[in-house]
Amino acid sequence: MSAEHLCLTGVTRIYPATEGHAAVHALGPIDLSLKPGEFFSVVGPSGCGKSTLLDVIAGLARQSAGTILFEGKPVTGEVPDGIGVVFQEDASFPWLTVFDNAAFALRRAGVPDAEVRERVRHTLAFTGLSSFAQAYPAQLSGGMRQRLCIARTLVTRPRLLLLDEPFGALDQQTRLLMGDELLKLWRETGATVLLITHSLDEAALLSDRIGVMSARPGVFIDLVETGWARERDSRLAAEAGFGVVTGRLWAALRDQSIKALAMAS
Amino acid sequence: MRAAQDADPLVTAERAERRAVPPALDTMLMIGGLVALWQVGTILLGHEALPSPVATVSKLAGIMADEDFPRHAWETARASLTALVISLVAGLAIGLALGAHRLAGEVAEPMLTALYSIPKITLYPIILLLFGLGISAKIAFGVIHGIIPVILFTMNAVRNICAVYLRSARAMRLTAAQTAGTIIVPAAVPEIVSGFRVGFALTLLGTLIGEMFASQRGIGYMLVKAMETGDTGTVMALALLLVVLATAASAALLALDRRLRRHALAS
Amino acid sequence: MTRAGWIRLALIVGALALLEAACRHGLVSRHAVIPPSRMIEGAWNAIAADETRADIWLTLQNVVLSLILSMIVGTAAGLMLHKATRFRRALDPLLASYYAVPTFVFYPLFIVLFGLNRWPLVAIGFLFAVVAVIINTLDGLARIPRAFVRTAAVMRLTRSQYALHIVLPAAAPWFFTGAKFAVAYSFIGVIAGEFVVSGAGIGHAIAFAYNSFDNRMMYGLIVLLFVLVGSVNTLLSLWERKLYARRAGR
Repeated sequence: MSAEHLCLTGVTRIYPATEGHAAVHALGPIDLSLKPGEFFSVVGPSGCGKSTLLDVIAGLARQSAGTILFEGKPVTGEVPDGIGVVFQEDASFPWLTVFDNAAFALRRAGVPDAEVRERVRHTLAFTGLSSFAQAYPAQLSGGMRQRLCIARTLVTRPRLLLLDEPFGALDQQTRLLMGDELLKLWRETGATVLLITHSLDEAALLSDRIGVMSARPGVFIDLVETGWARERDSRLAAEAGFGVVTGRLWAALRDQSIKALAMAS
Repeated sequence: MRAAQDADPLVTAERAERRAVPPALDTMLMIGGLVALWQVGTILLGHEALPSPVATVSKLAGIMADEDFPRHAWETARASLTALVISLVAGLAIGLALGAHRLAGEVAEPMLTALYSIPKITLYPIILLLFGLGISAKIAFGVIHGIIPVILFTMNAVRNICAVYLRSARAMRLTAAQTAGTIIVPAAVPEIVSGFRVGFALTLLGTLIGEMFASQRGIGYMLVKAMETGDTGTVMALALLLVVLATAASAALLALDRRLRRHALAS
Repeated sequence: MTRAGWIRLALIVGALALLEAACRHGLVSRHAVIPPSRMIEGAWNAIAADETRADIWLTLQNVVLSLILSMIVGTAAGLMLHKATRFRRALDPLLASYYAVPTFVFYPLFIVLFGLNRWPLVAIGFLFAVVAVIINTLDGLARIPRAFVRTAAVMRLTRSQYALHIVLPAAAPWFFTGAKFAVAYSFIGVIAGEFVVSGAGIGHAIAFAYNSFDNRMMYGLIVLLFVLVGSVNTLLSLWERKLYARRAGR
């Protein structure tokens, strides 16, 4: 295996033209490589193709050009083994209990029952959901449901975790606490994380490295190294270095956001 | 390759969004297909049992040219339009009241859904006993069919109005009448139009059923007479007329409905 | 029972009592409306008489046949239409206008097709019910959240796993709504057919009682029919609520 866990070269996504509409160049070209165990965030103005980038990496959408290598193997429009995705929308299944939701992927994959129970119990404890194992998602708060979606993904032991604004629907305090939990999970699982977010604070607090994207078609216009220690949490926000990082992100992003706003209207 | 394209949810979503306008040409093709199917049916079953599309259209032209026809058509139009106006106005008023008054709505809703699902045709003897033969029985029949969906849709529309609209109304110190006229009705319009659409279809159906039993005039009466004498040509011709009229009116209301909904989404 | 439930019960009982009193004191013509107590007596007579019992039994059989056929055909057609996107979109305006068409005018055609037996009536009930099933199936399939579809892709589910473990449970409430409509519409279709042209069944028995001025039998049958349809509907609603209570977080 090469030193890169994930490697993108010249990745582009163009929505083909349909009757009466011209083709839309949504993304790229993107070049990016992530080291194993790295925490990488992508920030960018709305509509810049952040989520498209995640879809293409996950194999949920096919790139129009360029290559994606995950653990050395090419990804083309199909989800490879070892990738987990958490979406912004609540994707917990309302007809299953918390336990059955978490066990869903393992059971479909034919994992033996005893092992399923063991792994789910462990993951629920890990994500603080143990006491809700027999509850249904509708009985949980929004934050708890999102935690369940993360647990459902973690139980499959993904080596690359893709997060598409997972805390987008939560309030600021809950977001900060969920971020701390995410850091803990990241440290303990050793997975590589790619987080899409529109929150500069969130990106600055959590990441080793942050990619700033331009307005559509989205390309990286800046890569910011935070230099944080692996042991860290949201109390970083009080430190002077934090303001430097968010300041640099905003400096790179401001013009792009203005451009995106003009494009939308 | 093809499968991979299909599995791509973004492309499908994007395309679906761009093609939000229903392709009229495809619907035309579909109608052409149905007519062709009808013709095949005629060939299989014989002209006696199922008159061909062409024969039916010329039969309809003949019926419409008959001097009696305008009288029948006018009778049906008058009865169903009156029933429609009553269903809409009364249904809207009752629906608004039940929607605004929470407890009254809760009490009424199960009774209304129960009434909606019973075969109301069985009520015709009672309607006849109450109204006697003639146009008022037909109108009553149209109304009992059409009013319930109008009430139910309006009630739910009022209940589902965003709480923040009502709080804004209070913040602007609107009176109850002003709130109803300037906030509740405009906000609920798309839902109310959906109710009108269902109400229209059922009112027409109810009026026709009424005419079949409670009248000596109207298209429903012509229908039941042709059915009794086994005159399939006339039955098919009248059925075609009703199908075309009902579909056209319903399609117009559907187009209005969609436009209002898009408008509501855009704002 | 909830407060609304008690009020509802009181309203119904009060209305019946009022009607009973009005009829007994001659405020309403006996030729038009009979007291509710007499209606119940009529209903009992209808159940007791072999002839009307046969009518009721026949109607129920036809309704059940229409229900089963419309559920099977409607669900299958809904699944196929969901796949054929272009076809479905062309069909949309026709489906939306479908219930404006008085289906039972095709009864003579069905007699030619099936002969003079129960099937023309079943066909009318079926035609009435099947489109409601199709519409609800399509609705349920269209409302499967995109996040679920994508989750299934990430979990690398097979086609059959996706159908069984995502589509079926996610669309189940809509299938249930379709079934509820199918019950009501099968009743409406079959009874309407019996009324218009048939020589047997509850609908025919009501028309016959009306024509022979047998008000007690007529009202008895109507009450019986309403109680029947009403209790089937109530049972289905209760079952539905129980099934989906957990989902809604109640």
